[in-house]
Amino acid sequence: MADNKKNPKSPRVPMPEQPAEERSHNFNEVTLGYTYEMALEEAGRCLQCKKPLCQSGCPVEIDIKSFIGHLAEGDIPEAYKVIKNTNALPAVCGRVCPQEVQCEGSCILGKKGEPIAIGRLERFVADTFTADSACEMLTGDVACSLPNDHLKVACIGSGPSSLTVAGYLAARGVPVTIFEALHEFGGVLVYGIPEFRLPKEIVAKEISALWTKGVKFMPNWVGGRTITIQDLIDDGYDAIFIGVGAGLPWFLNIPGENLVGVYSANEYLTRINLGRAYDFPNYDTPAPHPRNVAVIGGGNVAMDAARTALRLGAENVYITYRRTMGEMPARAEELHHAEEEGVKFQLLTSPMSINGDENGRVKSMTLQVMELGEPDDSGRCRPVPVKGETSELDVDMVILAVGTGANPILLEATPDLDLTKWGYIKADPETGETSIKNVFAGGDIVSGSATVISAMGAGRKAAKEIAARLGV
Amino acid sequence: MENKIVVKKSLIPGQTSMLVIDAPQIARKAKPGNFVILRVHDKGERIPLTIADTDPEKGTITIVYLVVGKSSAMLETLKEGDCIPDVCGPLGKPTHIEKSGTVICVGGGTGIAAMHHIAKGHHQAGNHVVAIVGARSKDLLLFCDELGCFCPELLIATDDGTHGHKGFVTDILKERLEKDKDVSEVVAIGPVPMMEAVANVTRPFGVKTTVSLNSIMVDGIGMCGACRCSVGGETRFACVDGPEFDGHKVDFNELKMRLSQYKDQERTSLELFRKDHG
Repeated sequence: MADNKKNPKSPRVPMPEQPAEERSHNFNEVTLGYTYEMALEEAGRCLQCKKPLCQSGCPVEIDIKSFIGHLAEGDIPEAYKVIKNTNALPAVCGRVCPQEVQCEGSCILGKKGEPIAIGRLERFVADTFTADSACEMLTGDVACSLPNDHLKVACIGSGPSSLTVAGYLAARGVPVTIFEALHEFGGVLVYGIPEFRLPKEIVAKEISALWTKGVKFMPNWVGGRTITIQDLIDDGYDAIFIGVGAGLPWFLNIPGENLVGVYSANEYLTRINLGRAYDFPNYDTPAPHPRNVAVIGGGNVAMDAARTALRLGAENVYITYRRTMGEMPARAEELHHAEEEGVKFQLLTSPMSINGDENGRVKSMTLQVMELGEPDDSGRCRPVPVKGETSELDVDMVILAVGTGANPILLEATPDLDLTKWGYIKADPETGETSIKNVFAGGDIVSGSATVISAMGAGRKAAKEIAARLGV
Repeated sequence: MENKIVVKKSLIPGQTSMLVIDAPQIARKAKPGNFVILRVHDKGERIPLTIADTDPEKGTITIVYLVVGKSSAMLETLKEGDCIPDVCGPLGKPTHIEKSGTVICVGGGTGIAAMHHIAKGHHQAGNHVVAIVGARSKDLLLFCDELGCFCPELLIATDDGTHGHKGFVTDILKERLEKDKDVSEVVAIGPVPMMEAVANVTRPFGVKTTVSLNSIMVDGIGMCGACRCSVGGETRFACVDGPEFDGHKVDFNELKMRLSQYKDQERTSLELFRKDHG
């Protein structure tokens, strides 16, 4: 029997994980999740603050205090209901949110010691239920009815923002149809984030829960090509949500970028994750098997690509980043995991050129040595080249994880849509509405590359507005 | 989404077939130059194939494929009435078609099928379409009857001389360009060396030359950059910026190198498939 007493001074319960030397050779999930006892012990550290700061840090407004309170009392179903009430994808968020800068970043316990492991607790609660039963759990019905079947809403893209919109509206009885360009649903959750960080099974369960609630999923429908916004308006959709992400990979425009062996992180991860290329030839999509890999960038995507390359048998994997560890945008946990698994960090270096052999294949990369200068507008120290100092790195593959821009397909097909000067969709920050009436947008296609949870936050705002307009 | 194979016709036994597929949502939108991405089975790879024709009223699209790797070999095992799990499209920018006078459309191998759709578009726009098609031998020629219906000139070249001119499509093209100074555009679709040769022939004539690049693709919707190619010194994505580009500006050597990057794995896949399926 777990001790239910509040114990804020005890240390944060560590997360069980696969040992680094073992996990760097498989695609199984790195972190194994709390047991019931661990979850109760960790929940018991929560102070149940009168004015909980954690909640203001959560983009989807989870009632964190309440869910942890129920959990500490051992009432997991009630904790699940609280979370699921505002978050359509708790098992996902518990795994991939940057908690250290959101909920946990605001936790009062963090001032002196370690904050509550809110993400881990959210994951525990979500994992305790198969998401298939979510509908029953929340409403008492096995299949949710759609009482408002005179209404219809369309979502373009099936990533986290659209799934949130669908979850919110389906819970209010509105039929939602999600159009997805790829053959699998989940957007970045399936093509971008590797299995060892977010198992496909988890995403599939959350999607199946939405399906049980009556959400319709249409694969292979490309927004802007197979179906346009105007088609949907003509078809009588009451509201349309655009959540197509920002998927166009950026390149650096340095010499050698089109050599064989140079990949965008998007291509590399899509091959491995969506195409299951790690299981070639059981699956048909081929993957490269280099020995020495350089990944350019310092975000989560760079860490994902680097750790994937290790798992596919690369001997040396380098992260080349133009600042230092302290400025890296990746989640603290991912950085830590990458280091443990043996990813090498080439800090304060910036690629100048990628060099090829006579067959057009990558053989090395030339790096400019950098140093940190004065802080720039973002408040981070600006990397400045150290004149004349370069280094050479022998690599047979280079992965560019330097960001993505707005994909042009839907935007070109929708000339009435106002865009920002960076080419993203202009949307009202309060409602998510675009320049076209009743057409909403959210997630990376509005904000530029951001996080799963911020996309979900945008989806939630838009869904609330849509629900209000539809009177549900 | 069920994409049933309505008609299957073997054009060159064991090598090239034509499928008419039920895909109303694509048929409604597809224009000449567009392509689709298919997945033939649940563990399959996403493969791009050009749309050779559409029938918006019946809701069908036509594709023609050459059996080269595992995916196309599996596609070849499907029969009329079977369904293809995933058909996604229409993708790519449609061919730029306007009334401009005389257009020469050059097609080689299975590229003739894609060329057919574009030639038809030019014909419908009121252009005088000259079709030049080539293959190794008479038995490997495709779509000649169909092209004959709307092309006032259909010129044929075979490597072995079994039909038409003995030699290459480029021989006929050069002769035609020397004779006729008013050709407004040359469109070439086929194997990379053929498109490169066409671009080399037309360059001295200064005639606008469009080629359709068959780069390796993964998503086909501008997300991965696998299909990038250098055109006039700039990196372009064949899937969203193309697949058609100015043939005089394409870096064909780079394209050839990038196309060969998965050769070993493609061979492994096909060998395993053949072993399992006789």
